[in-house]
Amino acid sequence: MNLTSFIPLLLALGLSPLLPGVINRTKAFFAGRRGPPLLQTYFDLWKLLQKGAVYSRTTTWLFRAGPIIGLAATLTAAMLMPLGNVPALIAFPADFLLFAGLLGVARFFIVVAALDTGSSFEGMGASREVFFSALAEPALLVALATLARQADMLSLSTLFGPVSGAHWLPAGPVLILVVIALMILLLAENARIPVDDPNTHLELTMIHEVMVLDHGGPDLAFVLYSSALKLWLFAALMVGMILPATGNSGLSLLLAVGGMLIVAVVVGVIESVMARLRLVIVPQLLVGAGALVAVAFLLSLV
Amino acid sequence: MFFTNLILALVVLTNLKLLGSSRLGASIRVVAAQGVALGLLPILAHWPELSVHFGLLAAGTIAIKGVVFPWLLFRAIREAEIAREVEPYVGYAASLVTGAAALGAAFWLCTRLPVPEGLASPWLVPVSFFSIFAGLFLIVSRKRAVSQVLGFLVLENGIYTFGVGVAVRTPFLVEAGVLLDVFVAVFVMGITIFHINREFDHINTDRLSTLKD
Repeated sequence: MNLTSFIPLLLALGLSPLLPGVINRTKAFFAGRRGPPLLQTYFDLWKLLQKGAVYSRTTTWLFRAGPIIGLAATLTAAMLMPLGNVPALIAFPADFLLFAGLLGVARFFIVVAALDTGSSFEGMGASREVFFSALAEPALLVALATLARQADMLSLSTLFGPVSGAHWLPAGPVLILVVIALMILLLAENARIPVDDPNTHLELTMIHEVMVLDHGGPDLAFVLYSSALKLWLFAALMVGMILPATGNSGLSLLLAVGGMLIVAVVVGVIESVMARLRLVIVPQLLVGAGALVAVAFLLSLV
Repeated sequence: MFFTNLILALVVLTNLKLLGSSRLGASIRVVAAQGVALGLLPILAHWPELSVHFGLLAAGTIAIKGVVFPWLLFRAIREAEIAREVEPYVGYAASLVTGAAALGAAFWLCTRLPVPEGLASPWLVPVSFFSIFAGLFLIVSRKRAVSQVLGFLVLENGIYTFGVGVAVRTPFLVEAGVLLDVFVAVFVMGITIFHINREFDHINTDRLSTLKD
């Protein structure tokens, strides 16, 4: 471990709230509006951190622990994610399993906190979230396993170098399948439009938003910040695969951050041109993503 | 190698799309796209070595699978006035999972078979087996006659993939004959669909057994 490994983590901490801002500006551009400022998420976080929190008497410590453990798990996952050709802060063989596991832990505690409120409304959102993630998580694991198989490496930090460099020509079809599946997973896991609409507060359409309705003040800030970090991590997975590895650390970091912003713009474009899918169609989409990565995995075995 | 793999991946994806889709019009377009992609396969699989044989085969395949079949099938669903597969024996998500399992089975099968050396792509044989499995599954799991015709076409596409990729020196006459057979089959099926529809007011084949008395 050397000091440059702190840079990916610091970039994730500092720049992740920028991604929702970019997405919202892209959507506003398509709708012909000016849109909220790029730094709106930072303002929201600052505002929420100034406030106090109100807790219902029916909730227990689980409700208060949810956002904190969620943020802690996401932060730990961020330590495993490399950027450009700079390795991550923590790297060991098969750390991608820990990466997927930590995201699972974060989700579990958010869901438990939502159930702890006793509100039927939040229970409904929790049920949907768990149902969809049960379909999305195997797909994520198989996608990461396919990458590990392609690169013949087991650590996230060493995996992207071989994948993005020499492998695109012979293994192009496999990697294209994985990129498409990861894009679907990014949209599903981060509650973006074909799966969930982050703007609505209608009970029929919400998944993620409905689970955090009862959180306020710093707790809501933690939830917002960890979802921005999660978006950053998924975008980092895609950028790591697509962008070619360069020898120069500074240049590759700059390219990677640019790639993140492009991913955010692509998400904004998808949200602008697509409608939300009906809830009964969403499992089909996720099973489809799972089938894509299963195909990619099988093709990479030969 | 790269383009051959790309086409084979496209064939796998189109098969999965067919397994998971209920709209007949979209399915017909997907089969047409698969036919066009497979039409390019004989040229790409034997790349620097080009001949009139492969050119004619590609042109004939694209013309029949990419233009004539979709036209016949679109006419059939327009005359029968149907747009969707209803209540298949196996649901769409279950079909997708079965498709992924069939792909795994195809890859496993090919590790047990004496596959000839020096193929254009290591995926050729597994993908052709997968197309055959997917086609058979579509035939047995769907009720609409049009879906079953599409399954038959996918099955034939699998055999074609195998033939083009593996048996390099098949006589042109044999391949042309196979193409003609499929053409006649689809033509006859198109007419049959129309007649089933006129007789029963729908084209669900599960009612055909009442005819036997």
